[in-house]
Amino acid sequence: MNVQHINFKLFIEDPQSVNLAEYYAVFNTWIQQQVLDELLVDVADYLQVHHGPGMLLIGHEADYSLDNRAGRLGLLYNRKKQLEGTTQEKLAQAARATLTVAKLLEKEKGLQFNTREIQVLINDRLLVPNTTESFVALEPELRAFFDRFYGGTKYELSYKTDPRERFTVEIKAATRFDVETLLKTVSLETAHV
Amino acid sequence: MKASNSLWRERPLESPLPDLVREIEIYETEIELRKQGRMDEKLFAETRLRRGAYGQRYDNGQRWNGKETQILPFPSSSTDLTKGPNTVWDAPGMERIKVPFGGMNPEQLEVMAELAEEYADGIAHVTTRQDFQLHFVHIEDTPALMRRLAAVGITTREACGNSVRNVTACPFSGVCSTESFDVTPYAKGLAFFLLGHPDVQDFGRKFKVAFSGCKDEACGLVNMHDMGVIAAKRIVDGVEKRGFELYIGGGLGTVPHQAKLFTDFLPEEELLPTSQAISRVFAKLGEKKNRNRARIKFLIAQLGIEEFKRLVLEERATLPYDPRWTEYLAEIHATDETPLRPSQPLVDSPRTESFQRWYKTNILHQRQAGYVTATIALPLGDITADQLRSLADIARRFTKGTVRTTVDQNIVLRWVSEGDLPEVHAALEAIGLGAPGAGTIVDVTSCPGTDTCKLGISASRGLASELRQRLAEKSHTMDEAVQNLHIKVSGCFNSCGQHHLADLGFYGVSRHSGNYTVPHFQVVLGGDWTHNGGSYGLAVGAIPAKRIPIVVERLTGRYVAERQKSESFQAFIQRVGKAEIKNMMNDLTSIPSHDVDPTIYTDWGDSREFTIGDIGVGECAGEVVSHAEFGLAAAERKVFEAQLALDQNSYQQAGELAYASMLQAAKTLVEEQFYDVPNEPDRIVEEFRTRFYDTKLFWDQYAGGKFGHYFLRAHEKVNEPYTSDEAHRRVEEAQLVIEAAHACYGKLLAAKSTLNVLPGKSQ
Ligand code: SF4
Repeated sequence: MNVQHINFKLFIEDPQSVNLAEYYAVFNTWIQQQVLDELLVDVADYLQVHHGPGMLLIGHEADYSLDNRAGRLGLLYNRKKQLEGTTQEKLAQAARATLTVAKLLEKEKGLQFNTREIQVLINDRLLVPNTTESFVALEPELRAFFDRFYGGTKYELSYKTDPRERFTVEIKAATRFDVETLLKTVSLETAHV
Repeated sequence: MKASNSLWRERPLESPLPDLVREIEIYETEIELRKQGRMDEKLFAETRLRRGAYGQRYDNGQRWNGKETQILPFPSSSTDLTKGPNTVWDAPGMERIKVPFGGMNPEQLEVMAELAEEYADGIAHVTTRQDFQLHFVHIEDTPALMRRLAAVGITTREACGNSVRNVTACPFSGVCSTESFDVTPYAKGLAFFLLGHPDVQDFGRKFKVAFSGCKDEACGLVNMHDMGVIAAKRIVDGVEKRGFELYIGGGLGTVPHQAKLFTDFLPEEELLPTSQAISRVFAKLGEKKNRNRARIKFLIAQLGIEEFKRLVLEERATLPYDPRWTEYLAEIHATDETPLRPSQPLVDSPRTESFQRWYKTNILHQRQAGYVTATIALPLGDITADQLRSLADIARRFTKGTVRTTVDQNIVLRWVSEGDLPEVHAALEAIGLGAPGAGTIVDVTSCPGTDTCKLGISASRGLASELRQRLAEKSHTMDEAVQNLHIKVSGCFNSCGQHHLADLGFYGVSRHSGNYTVPHFQVVLGGDWTHNGGSYGLAVGAIPAKRIPIVVERLTGRYVAERQKSESFQAFIQRVGKAEIKNMMNDLTSIPSHDVDPTIYTDWGDSREFTIGDIGVGECAGEVVSHAEFGLAAAERKVFEAQLALDQNSYQQAGELAYASMLQAAKTLVEEQFYDVPNEPDRIVEEFRTRFYDTKLFWDQYAGGKFGHYFLRAHEKVNEPYTSDEAHRRVEEAQLVIEAAHACYGKLLAAKSTLNVLPGKSQ
């Protein structure tokens, strides 16, 4: 299975305290300083939309957003450009990109992330349809990745079938890790695979 | 760029509009030709525009970041690959999706949701012309996106560029109590008749058509269209006949024009041929060089409506007969809708306040007793993928999927049984779409402005969002007269937000203060939304963007305080006078220094210091590419496909495509002299021989008649099978014939321009 266009979502603690309007300036400064190792292009503001994509930092390789889909505010990484490599490498890349930005947001705006809960989504219905077959095919890959990601801590992996939705898996861990620790793990991971 | 693009190409595609499938393949080949540097960038720009693939702000690879203009190093920048003049290949763009008369069904809503998620930023945007738009789309994803739309009967063809844009119609057609009759089948018939029609390929600018079921309401906005069509009935020989009041030459833009009456009754069977004749006259006589004067309104101003009408009727009389002119009339009821549920009255029981407010503003009683339409007010026309899917469910649950988009960027659910309304409202509220205020002052319309438009000066969406929020907070305590006003905002003078038609309209401008530029909005007051956009508002002065909410407050406050009986806002503005209105706003025009108030130097919803340096070259007009240039490009595309077939050892197919490419080139030349040449190979060859070969017009200076001979011989052998050698030879010959056709077209152009400069000669 050619797994591409991985989305990774980390939920934000205490979402009521976040004023999303402030993040236009934050993202614009990031474009100004090209703070990431990828091309950042523009900021899109959808704050007026109910449970929408919130504030987006549009990039060439990927978009980052403070996304409020289903009323759950989180940092969403949406990989647009195709990647070479194994599924493990691509998962690690998505996790690393998300955690890098999460760390920046922690530092600059004091955001806190609930790392016990993660959503992984494949943004391509034709490559990975939302079917039980896809889940059966990808579960071992996801488990192999999250076993290492959470350092052996127990976690649950769940999946909902809805043919209209994109393939989405929810991961719930028993323990909370800080962003820095997970980023270190996943950086080592990237170096190893 | 999506990894699945090639998979979508390989999948068999069934479309209710089979021609679209071939059309997408052609477009895909053009993308390939451009990537290989075998298609000129201007031609490619117009070709993608005619597929709705439009430019977006910063696609020149530069963005103002608040301190400086920053170069955005897209990967394609290093190869100089462009999508058009000064338009970087890899830069994200916008895709416009045509929705004739705004008609959608649940399957289409679901596909729109998928596309918004997979190719754009998760949002689908309803425009002021009932289209959908997706933003931040990569050009190489557009063919896959189009295939998925084609599978549910939607096209992006001619959504932009110099062609017939989306044909709009009142969203209440067929259910409205004031209409003469349902214009839906006519709008649909005309939209698909003109789609890709050869007679609409050679316009100097875009051409917009709107239908309305009646004269007095606002829904169709016929008066601001290039062609406006209003349903009318007449008794002829004792029998009631359907027809149309036809208006031509309206338009907003920089210089607004009210449409002129072409005829007060055009019989229904004359609608399509007359539109075709109008298209031909516009293509022939419309301005091509100066885009600022190329809309049909300028041609009519120049000729006068009577002369224009005479030319159209003359053209109509000589049009070759087309059975499609009337075929669709046999199925005039195919677009009729019926309800899903039996009609039931609203039960008299206690209702929530939010339901009551919604019921008051968003519900319209249909002509059919017991049924209503429910308008869903979309903030700035935006809807999420999740909302689209849920809306599809709601449409299926309460109706037979009868949904329409509106020109004020909303969505209408039709055929809802009134008794179901509490449930419908609860379902809409659950997805954040149950807000009241549709069609009121809260329901602010806006074009994309500086958010994504290359021509935007000020942040129209930012202002609209701010006004919407402020007005919503106090809307239920507002005076009724104020509630019923309309606000419309455009990011620049091009009027895509239709500000001329609003009670309170605003369009983006800028002013200098010291070394800074300050975002402003020009205030336009007193436009008439009703009577199909009956009169346009007047500009009364420019105000810094950040102070526009104060302008709204002052004007509406004074209107409430000084309104005489049932005086309309237009009448109030007239009575008070422009001078006094200017006085009211005088104090708002002064600009404090940057040190005193730096916020005035930024725009709404944008933290960057303001600049107009980001304004790019618009693509509204597209590139003016002649009919012949398109024809020759089509010939080149066919010979390219012939080469691909050769690569796959498909010799028969390669030979046939090579022949087809020569025939296309020859036809293109013949059309320069004989526009209506029938599409029959023998006839094209005969015309080519007498007009171009025998006259030596097609001859090469050195090779003489050799290339023409290649073509004539290929035609003689057209029914013989192709061996590998013959196929190779035919492809090479085709390439030379097309080159010769380009050279010949150059000669024709040179001859034309010589004629033009000779005094006393006419074309
Ligand atoms: S009015 Fe101006 S800013 Fe708005 S969409 Fe049209 S061209 Fe762009």
